Amino acid sequence: MTLLSIKNMDVSIGQYSVLHGVTFDVPEGGVFVLLGRNGAGKTTTLRSIIGLWDRPPGSVTFRGEDVSSLHTSDIARKGIAFVPENMGIFGGLTVAENMVLATASGKFDQARLTRVYELFPALEQFWDKQAWSLSGGQKQMLAVARAIIEPRDLILIDEPTKGLAPSIIHAMGEAFREISQTTTILLVEQNFAFAKSLGRDMAVIDDGRVVHTGTMAEFAADTALQDRLLSLSVEGA
Amino acid sequence: MNTFANMIDRAGGVFVLPVAIAIVAFFLIGAPSSWLTLTVAGLSMGLMIFLMASGLSLVFGLMDVLNFGHSAFVSFGAFVAASVLAWLGGWLGADSIILNSLALIAALAAAIVFGAAGGWFFERVIVKPVYKDHLRQILITMGALIVAEQLILATWGGTPVNVPRPHFLEGAIILGGSSLEVYRLFAFVVGALVYAGLYYLLNKTRIGLLIRAGVENREMVEALGFKIDRLFIGVFMLGSALAALGGAMWAGYETLITPALGAEMMVIVFIVVIIGGLGSIQGTLLGAIVVALMQNYVGYLSPKLALASNMILMMAILLWRPYGLAPAVK
Amino acid sequence: MNRTLSVKIIALTIWGLLLFSPFLFQDVRQVEVAARICVFIVLVASYDLLIGYTGIVSFAHTMFFGLGAYGVAIAMKQGDNTWGYWIVGALAGVLVAAVLAVLIGLLSLRVKAIFFAMITLAAASVALVLASQLSSFTGGEDGMTYSSPDIFKPATKLLTDDEGKVARIAGVRMNGKIAAYYFVFFTSAVMFWVMLRIVGSPLGTVLKAIRENEARAEGIGYRVVAYRTAVFVIAATTAALAGAVYAAWLKYTGPDTTLSFAIMIDILLMVVIGGMGTMWGAAIGATLMVLAQYYLRDLMEVASDATSAIPLLPELLSPDRWLLWLGIIFILLVYFFPAGIAGTIIRGRAK
Repeated sequence: MTLLSIKNMDVSIGQYSVLHGVTFDVPEGGVFVLLGRNGAGKTTTLRSIIGLWDRPPGSVTFRGEDVSSLHTSDIARKGIAFVPENMGIFGGLTVAENMVLATASGKFDQARLTRVYELFPALEQFWDKQAWSLSGGQKQMLAVARAIIEPRDLILIDEPTKGLAPSIIHAMGEAFREISQTTTILLVEQNFAFAKSLGRDMAVIDDGRVVHTGTMAEFAADTALQDRLLSLSVEGA
Repeated sequence: MNTFANMIDRAGGVFVLPVAIAIVAFFLIGAPSSWLTLTVAGLSMGLMIFLMASGLSLVFGLMDVLNFGHSAFVSFGAFVAASVLAWLGGWLGADSIILNSLALIAALAAAIVFGAAGGWFFERVIVKPVYKDHLRQILITMGALIVAEQLILATWGGTPVNVPRPHFLEGAIILGGSSLEVYRLFAFVVGALVYAGLYYLLNKTRIGLLIRAGVENREMVEALGFKIDRLFIGVFMLGSALAALGGAMWAGYETLITPALGAEMMVIVFIVVIIGGLGSIQGTLLGAIVVALMQNYVGYLSPKLALASNMILMMAILLWRPYGLAPAVK
Repeated sequence: MNRTLSVKIIALTIWGLLLFSPFLFQDVRQVEVAARICVFIVLVASYDLLIGYTGIVSFAHTMFFGLGAYGVAIAMKQGDNTWGYWIVGALAGVLVAAVLAVLIGLLSLRVKAIFFAMITLAAASVALVLASQLSSFTGGEDGMTYSSPDIFKPATKLLTDDEGKVARIAGVRMNGKIAAYYFVFFTSAVMFWVMLRIVGSPLGTVLKAIRENEARAEGIGYRVVAYRTAVFVIAATTAALAGAVYAAWLKYTGPDTTLSFAIMIDILLMVVIGGMGTMWGAAIGATLMVLAQYYLRDLMEVASDATSAIPLLPELLSPDRWLLWLGIIFILLVYFFPAGIAGTIIRGRAK
């Protein structure tokens, strides 16, 4: 069943056109990976879904309802969480305050909090520390933890592995696998190995257009296709 | 050098600055009784300036809007309070502390209500259309300041207005040879209470949490499902109301006010928020106290230098910390 | 392109009228207006270098204008009315303006642009207070009157006829007043021309790049703070020079003619009316505003008297409420007409 459907999304910043008619469907359950090289339009796509772009032309349908004209806060309340590229944590606030802000009522659901502690023990340890003092990996954990402290149907995560050590990336992967049992994840990633290990379905964006959609299993097996679509990113890197 | 910096940090970082200024002034002034009078005057003036500046700083921190028209609320607060006090002259002159206090409370409340209502109008009509456009924002709020000042001039005229104050706030307490004006102590208490209230609001309530989060990252607050717009208007009204309260307190302090009051205070308020760092009330309080202490000490030691001393202080602090002493985390 | 040309034609027409204004308008007051327009075109154009071409808002422009004027006033008051003292005063004013501009620029331009606006406002206010407090030096609130150089005196005969009287050309007496006017006109025209050259030079291109995208310009390798400070210094010294010229014309310098906040508002309005980021627009904006100041106020007086029977209206139309209306017009202009006259003509219906 389709959870999120994006049709003909066009976005321009000033005179530059960033997305041209981006169209793809995210099915319910598992991890959907959006691949593409730097500047291809992945981040813009995520931001447009959550409404951080002024009225993107085209439609974003979530659970059969068009949300593209809604305000960001209303889209979030529909059950979509957003973990931006810069993680968006509030450095001057404590870990606890960051977490409590992410709850709708201001109170924690004890079961969910326990689950967060299990996934990310470091957060419990640093619960009363100011968030700026956390390490990069811990900040990313906090950002993801904020997204799952309330029941959500979809989490948008933008390049969570960027700049993290391999061991932390591995832990992050485990956490995502666990989360995706109950919540759909739309993951933007440049780290292909990481994406491959998690993804069920996927799409590739290049130059503001969706150039490929399919299952991750097929894509992972087709090295020729990978070379064609992703080699650019190796060259570009 | 590093150990020296560490030592300062352990002692409270930049927050020891007013203490350091007070100690230096103690030796420069030489007479302990004069020093005490000046210090109390500085602290009470600092807290009144804090009232005026806190809103500007919070609005900037949260909304990235620098309201050049902010000082209009200071003026309006002063004149509204003066008018209410004059209108309640009967209560004020009555031989009853209760009636006296009621008149005072009515005057301050009127200023606050006027400030909040004016803030609502300002945010919706003047500022909202030019969010995110700094250049036009500066120009438009400046234009609004001119209009507001002219309206004050048209309403209250250009001649100085006398501000009556209740009997129990007149006079001075003599303490070990220094004379401490009662009104200054009153202003100190009001300012300190407001600071405590703001501190509580920002650090102990959910709204405060949202404001602090919004100061850091507006988009993320929205992505967590909150409407930042409502927060904006609330903070703007709060800031304008506090400015009006500050103006009302200042009017009672000066006892004679002119429409130029807003423009005069604006310069000091700007210096305070630049020194203190925009976006945090701790920084604003620090800046206000530093500036007011300097003003009083230098005013005593070398009167002609008082205003210039604040300018020099600001330059020095900017050289040391380009974003001010204690800005909000951004 | 021909749209830009039409703006230039309007501006050049203004300059042309200014060139011949002593002959076209033979009334003392009208020549006064013409001289004021000349000086304000320079003032506004130099301000436009900041706000229009660099995208930074300064409220200290009158301070720099005042520095030039006070330099000349103090020099000619303490010394005498010879050109030497004018030059010394003007140079001193320009030098102080340049030093202050460097200081303010380096201190505040490296952080947010909004700091710059606040700091310049604070600096300008302090300057105003100092000028009124140091009265033994500056004349305080009353300002200073002094004599202008001899050649500007009305009794000076530039040309004489056969009988030794002041000669007339096209009916205009060739006396010192004419010399004074053309001194103002030509110095202003030269400064305007220099600024035109500046915005047309590679520096102008860099400024535009910085204004469009600061981060990118920095990325390409332009030292944004250095450029902005440089422009601020150019604008400040030009304003100071304009002040020095105006001081020689007026033979009076005081807070109201140079430093006051009302003049800063005038400059802002002129820049916005003319069109930010168009040097030529400065000429249009300054001319319209100065004309309005001289003649609309009279009109308000008449209107106020004429409506004296109606309540409230005369109060609002009184010339004392001039600033109220300026403020309202200013807000409306910034909302609905941010490109100004020149900007709107240049863009035309393309937008």
